Order: sequence, then structure tokens, then C-alpha cells
Amino acid sequence: MLSVTNVGRRFPGGVQALHDVSLSLRESDFVALLGPSGCGKSTLLRLIAGLDQPDSGRLEWNDGPPRSGDIGYVFQDATLLPWATAEDNVFLPLRLRGESRETAMPRVHAALLGVGLAGFEKARPRQLSGGMRMRVSIARALVTQPRLLLMDEPFAALDEFTRHKLQADLLDVWRQAGCTVVFVTHSVYEAAFLAHRIVLMTPRPGRIDREIASSLITGPDTRLDPAYAALVADVSRAMGEALR
Amino acid sequence: MMKWAPVLFGLLALGLWEATVRIGEVPVYLLPGPIAIVGAFIADPIGLLQALASTLFVTFAALFVAAVLGATMAIAMSASRLAQAAIQPWAVALQVTPLPAIAPLIIIWVGEPFVALVVCATIVAFFPLFANTSTGLASAPPELNDLFRLYGANRWRTMALLRLPAALPFFLSGLRISGGLALVGAVVAELVAGSGGFASGLAYRILESSFRLEMPRMFAALVLLALAGILINFGLGALGQIILKWRGGT
Repeated sequence: MLSVTNVGRRFPGGVQALHDVSLSLRESDFVALLGPSGCGKSTLLRLIAGLDQPDSGRLEWNDGPPRSGDIGYVFQDATLLPWATAEDNVFLPLRLRGESRETAMPRVHAALLGVGLAGFEKARPRQLSGGMRMRVSIARALVTQPRLLLMDEPFAALDEFTRHKLQADLLDVWRQAGCTVVFVTHSVYEAAFLAHRIVLMTPRPGRIDREIASSLITGPDTRLDPAYAALVADVSRAMGEALR
Repeated sequence: MMKWAPVLFGLLALGLWEATVRIGEVPVYLLPGPIAIVGAFIADPIGLLQALASTLFVTFAALFVAAVLGATMAIAMSASRLAQAAIQPWAVALQVTPLPAIAPLIIIWVGEPFVALVVCATIVAFFPLFANTSTGLASAPPELNDLFRLYGANRWRTMALLRLPAALPFFLSGLRISGGLALVGAVVAELVAGSGGFASGLAYRILESSFRLEMPRMFAALVLLALAGILINFGLGALGQIILKWRGGT
């Protein structure tokens, strides 16, 4: 789907955020970018989204450059329009593409249903909990049926119970949507639970240290599964070595 | 009890004031008591209320012009770096220039007294609206700006669907501040203009009363001005609340 080859990014002021990063994304991948704060995970996500440009290297899309709606983006905060209802927030990407409200509403309601928010269409962000706001944000990213979903530490600000529920629900949504997901996190547990490919990044300058494949089939009891515990141990060990 | 505390305190203060001027036999041309002030109002309610209406007319005309100019210039500035470079220094210069220093010039240049007073009051009321709207237009989180870019929204669509709605609470807050300032500007302009101005506003009545040593009438005009200022402040605050409640969100 996308090849990132030898990409580098230096910010004004001389900070080298990324150095010689190469990564290949395939259809229906679930990739976790794992690393400590400041290792360039979010910068890499922004480069993939086209929100920033690399200073060196290149990004190549196999099927040509993405069109509006081909990429969905979920930020660390839900970043909803506070004055708009859940429905209008999810409608936003379609509205910006020029679609009419009438034709878009069935897909908007389906997206809200898909994230478990049926019945909350007219609620405004301040009437929703943090977890529900994040669900609206995910519905907004999915409503265009993107080929690639980029998620930048979306559950980092949530409590553990909500985070676990949303992680399980995200996997359900991903299986149904069939899109490629790149999920930025600094949690080894989260990366091990969600992703099939865990890409470890090291800081200053941000570079990819190694990639760990996971064959874990995630279900309700995964967190109690010794294979999950072993994977967490492997990833933690690898992260420790990478940061040494 | 808490609800009535300000009223009780006010009545107590007025009682003390009246008692002080009576017991101390303070001359009325120095400090009239509340009863004398009410008496001065009752003696000519229509004259004073007409003067108040005249001042309020200037105030609201200036507030309207300041709102249109402030919002338009803030939008222009936020849409273009060139406009920002061109406008911002002049806006600051306008804010720091004392109105009494330039009011005589404006009154001479403009000629028409009503328009001159509106121009003077607009200068005072302009800056909070301009500054608040500018802040509001830049207040949307960068992530939302990124999201609009990601979905291919152009500059004007981003302005209409993100930046203007984000700026609305800031604009309404500026409107509330500028409401009071427009009244201050109108009064200052009337005072500077004197008999060369509109010659019908409350400030002119205050000047006239002071020349004639009609202190109770002067105080009655001052009380009307204070009440008008309070009503403008609360009225614009309530209007802002209604608009934001109707629009949804904060």
C-alpha cells in the first residue's frame, strides 16, 4: 500500500526528528509504532498523512496518491467541534468533500452505530464522556471508509477500563472495516494487544530499531493468555535493548 | 439573604449618604443627597431621558460600527499575513492614543456632530472586538486545522466551518467589553465636543449642570449613565449567553 523509504525530517532549530526511516505498509495491516516520547512517532504519522513533508527520502503509494477520505486520522484528544452534535462531527469529513447531508446521513449513523453510539446522534461533545468522545472521533475517521487509519495515541488520556474496552472495540471495527491501521503508542501492553506488527522506534534522532511480528489472535481473554504475557516480555526486552 | 445583600447594602449606603449631608448640612452645590438627586430627576424626567436616549443612540451606533470593523479586520488579518502586517500596528496605535487628545481633531474634520461622536466612540470600542475576534480565530486546536487540511478543505471553508464558529464566544465577550467602552467613548466625545457637538446627550447635560451649579441634576445624569452602563453590560452578557446556548457548545 505505502512504502516509506529512508525518510528524514529535521525541524527548524536543528532537531532531527526522524533519520533514515523505512517502513512498508500492506493492506489490512495493524501496525503499532512503539517508542518513548520524542522518538518521532507522531512526526512519522504526519508525514504519512501528508500533513508534513520529509527533508529526505520518499513516500510512495502503490495505487497513486491518496484522495480526500482515503486517510482517517484520530488524534490523542478527540478534537471534536464543541458546538456541533456527534452526528455533525461525524458528518464533517463528508461535508468537506461536498456531500449533501441527506445522502451522507445513513453512513454517518452507520459509523456511530459501529462504534456503539447509536442513540447519541444529537449529543454535543460536552454531554459525552471522554471515552464516548473518542468513539465519535473514531467514527469520524471511519465514515469516509478510509484505506488507511492513522491513530496518534488515541487512548492515552483515558482511564484503564475505558482504554481496554476501546481497544477491544477498535479491533472489532478494524476487522469489519478491513483498512490498514497505524497506531502510535508508548504502551508495550497496548501495542502487544492490538498489533500484528510492532515497530520499535528509538529517540533522537527517531529511527526504527526493529520490528516484532505477533501471531496473537486477540479475544476477550487475551490479557490472561500466557502468549500475550510472553509477547509483552519480548517487546519490553527489545525496547530495553533499543534504548540502551 | 445572599440575593438581597447588594440591595440592602445599597439602601444602607444611600441612607448613610442622606443622613451625612443632612446632619453635616453639606451645601447642595458640593454634595446633594439622594433625595435631592431623585427630586432633580422628577423635575425634568423627559429632558434627562431624551439626553440618555441621545447618548445611547451614539453608543449603539458606535458599537455596531466597531463590531463590523473589528470582526472584518480580524478576519482579514487572520486570512492574510500581509493584511496582518499592515493592520496590526495601526490597530495598536489606535488603542494607545487617548481619545480626548484626538477628539477635537475628529470633531473638526468630520463636521457633522453625530457622525463625529460615533467616530470617537468607535475608536474606543474597536480594540476589544478586534483583539478578541483575532484571538478567537486562532483558537481552534492545531489538530482540527490538520483535520481540515487532511480532508482537503480550502482556506475559506476552514474559515467558515472552523475558525469563525470558534471565534464566536470571543467576539461576544469582546462585544460585552466594548459595549461599556462605547458608552465611555460617547460620553468623553460629548464632553470634548461641548456645545460644538450634538448638544443633546447626557454628558452635555452634565457639563451644562456643572456650569449652572445644578449639582442634583448633574448627579441625576451621572446615575442614569451608570445605570445605562450596567444595563448594557448585563444585556450584552445575556445576549451572548442566549446566542451560545442556541448555537450549542461553549
